[in-house]
Amino acid sequence: MTRPHSLTAALLGSAMLMTTAGAALAADELNLYTSREPGLVEPLLKSFTESTGIKVNTVFLKDGLAERVEAEGDSSPADVLMAVDVGNMADLVDKGLTQPIESDVLEANVPEELRDPDNNWFALSTRARVVYAAKDLDIDSITYEDLADPKWKGRLCIRSGQHPYNTGLFSAFLTHHDEAETEAWLTGMRDNLARKAGGGDRDGAKDILGGICDIAVANSYYVGRMRSGDGGEEQKAWGDAIKVLLPTFENGGTHVNISGAAVAKHAPHKEEAVQLLEYLVSDEAQKIYAEANYEHPVKPGAPLDPLVADFGELKVDSTPLTEIVKHRKQASELVDKVGFDN
Amino acid sequence: MTSTTETSQRRHARSGRIRGRAWIAASYVIAALVAMPVLALLWQASRGSAGLWSHLAAHVLPHAISQTVTLLLGVGVLVALIGTTSAWLVTAYDFPGRRMLEWALLLPLAVPTYIIAYAYLDLLHPLGPVQGAVRAVLGYDSPRQFRLPDIRSMAGAILLLSFVLYPYVYLPVRAMFQTQAANLIEAARTLGTSRSAIFRQVALPLARPAIAVGVSLALMETLNDIGASEFLGVRTLTISIYTTWVTRSDLPGAAQISLAMLIMVVLLVSLERWARRRQRYAANAQRDRSFAPQQLTGRWALLALLLGATPVLLGFLVPGGYLAVEAWKRFHFAGLSESLFTEARNTFLLSAIATIAVLASGLAVAYAARAFPRRGLLIAQRVATLGYAMPGTVLALGILIWVAGLDRFIDQSAREFLGRSTGLLLIGSGVALGYAYLARFLAISVGSIEAGFSRIPLSYDHAARTLGQGVSGSMWRVHLPLSRGAVAAAGLLVFVDCMKELSATLLLRPLNFETLATHLYGEAARGTYEDAAMAALAIVLVGLLPVILLARSGPSRRDSV
Repeated sequence: MTRPHSLTAALLGSAMLMTTAGAALAADELNLYTSREPGLVEPLLKSFTESTGIKVNTVFLKDGLAERVEAEGDSSPADVLMAVDVGNMADLVDKGLTQPIESDVLEANVPEELRDPDNNWFALSTRARVVYAAKDLDIDSITYEDLADPKWKGRLCIRSGQHPYNTGLFSAFLTHHDEAETEAWLTGMRDNLARKAGGGDRDGAKDILGGICDIAVANSYYVGRMRSGDGGEEQKAWGDAIKVLLPTFENGGTHVNISGAAVAKHAPHKEEAVQLLEYLVSDEAQKIYAEANYEHPVKPGAPLDPLVADFGELKVDSTPLTEIVKHRKQASELVDKVGFDN
Repeated sequence: MTSTTETSQRRHARSGRIRGRAWIAASYVIAALVAMPVLALLWQASRGSAGLWSHLAAHVLPHAISQTVTLLLGVGVLVALIGTTSAWLVTAYDFPGRRMLEWALLLPLAVPTYIIAYAYLDLLHPLGPVQGAVRAVLGYDSPRQFRLPDIRSMAGAILLLSFVLYPYVYLPVRAMFQTQAANLIEAARTLGTSRSAIFRQVALPLARPAIAVGVSLALMETLNDIGASEFLGVRTLTISIYTTWVTRSDLPGAAQISLAMLIMVVLLVSLERWARRRQRYAANAQRDRSFAPQQLTGRWALLALLLGATPVLLGFLVPGGYLAVEAWKRFHFAGLSESLFTEARNTFLLSAIATIAVLASGLAVAYAARAFPRRGLLIAQRVATLGYAMPGTVLALGILIWVAGLDRFIDQSAREFLGRSTGLLLIGSGVALGYAYLARFLAISVGSIEAGFSRIPLSYDHAARTLGQGVSGSMWRVHLPLSRGAVAAAGLLVFVDCMKELSATLLLRPLNFETLATHLYGEAARGTYEDAAMAALAIVLVGLLPVILLARSGPSRRDSV
């Protein structure tokens, strides 16, 4: 049987064993902290490494990206911070964790409304919050406001109202309507739910095929992936069971959110970090975004994947993202207030 | 001659005192390690969060509290029922299949709650096999014509969670029935008491502490669960904490809610301890034969087998089988990902190392409190169990805040005095992650080991000391051998818990370090469940190893488990 001091030794030994997992601060490397799912960024990073020789170390942090970078302070190895929601990007800037980047490439490739006014973050791709409708449903267009129409009672599917994708949409609604109108709209949608708000965006399509609901609110790119057949036959069936409607606000366009990236304030490899950002908005990478992720590219004129082009022309709402972000907290509190998820 | 003996005795006594002090110091250090993240959160919470509580009180708490209480009550009652009945079934009766059931009943331990939710959602979906079969039988051809009620409900959540969490009760209760209850049950039987009366009047009251420990572990797991509740649409307090933190970027607010929750849990646990303060459970710790189980035949044997097999079926075979089928389909479609092996190795190593650390610390804390029953050490023992009562994400945040601070201090000192940067030593090396597991799961090992020790009469301690053993000597030669079963059981629970752990692993792991759970989460977050099936199956498979190991060591040594 082990004695106490050998237990201590075992502890220390195990700690040292684990250091092999730590990443070095060597040149030709950069460290990426991302809240974007690893499977989505991998093809892009692989292609980046192939073309530049720079190795990318990653850690996928779903929530707590900002907290971790903040806690690590100026010792942080993080070079690039990548997130999936404009709110998360804004959080990083608010906490002083990013630095402004002067880059002609980034400014030329990312339209002004899709980047931070002080160039702290840049959008890499956009995703529209759209409506899936059962294939045989007699409907060709819809507004976001319509979603609260009682004619949809018991027919609507959506994920948790507190999910950033939804609070993003609800914040955008708040830029078009006042608080009382938004509350009434949320209440209406809540009353229309076919099942509890929850699950993921793909469940919307699956539940339409399963006869639980007739329409669902979800992101555009899931349709591309389901229909491509990459996820297997079952998912193809879900994707084929629906048609995609690009909803608009009554007096506006379609709500889009972004995935974006920023260079960390204390980035040890700033030069390589800027290189990665510039690569991600290049023609080559934007093409990968469109093909591998079925998202809308940010670079003006970059080609769409045919599956995505099939949805029709996207008329992006003109409210600046920075304006929408300001209403997030209010939107989240309204979700609680109307008991959207209860 | 005489003087040599005296010197050696004196030396012996002195080293004994030092050893004694080492136990005390270790206990305090470990308690401090667990307390640090809680203090870090307290500091966070004090940074204020204007207007949060009025919003919570008006729109969140009434619903969240009623959901949480309903869920806890439901799961608590069901796990106690399933765990105790199945434990009694395999100890008091003998029937064909009993030997297999004895260990098979542990299998659901290997299945994380979020996986069971995901598996059942798919299985019971209108497009899934169950409803498909029902429609075929009834002659409908579209789910629009007929469908069963939705699993996404409170009842669904209670059922699913109970069928994976009941082993937390089954494990300690069976041990109780097998060892210490055995003598009394034999005595009762000699006096002609019937089997059902023995169960009600002897076994059940004796098993009460074991049931209490098991139920409280299962309830902590329930309270910490985010994945399954979210999937099933149950809005618990933990989800409110999460929303406050993530959606509203209000960390101080989230810290406040979780501290309030922590206080509630501590009060409840203390209440339960207080309620059975007068009961003493130490009995004869000798190993002796357990009472002979009653042989069942015919339909009674069949009934017992069915009853015992149901939890295994629902908690393990159905979701596990589903995962195997899905993983097989995916394997044919896309082959096997190489990273899966690396991740399985990472998961296994990390969990094994953490388990050793958690067991060693648990032994130190539980033994110090027994050998030196002074107020400070008893408090240290309670403090050491705090980590389990908080949601994993929140605890991980508390650890992040102070460990990162320490890391920065080390880095800055190195830069100042050595002229070179160390980088993030603790986070970058994974030590922070191991620490998170320690802080989180120490309660399991302290609780189980303490329960194991409580079955050893104090007279044994005195005898060992009289016979010249020091504090440490008694521990290695008396206490540890006599509570080996409890330690093994704690090791199993801690290992599977480390392996399933997600929130702290996501937040605190080093660069380029994936475990099966983080892989699975990444795929699930992306909605690519089909790839997740393989990682999920791998988690279950890796989790099976310790379960089988423990089960194999079980039947031959009655005091194990």
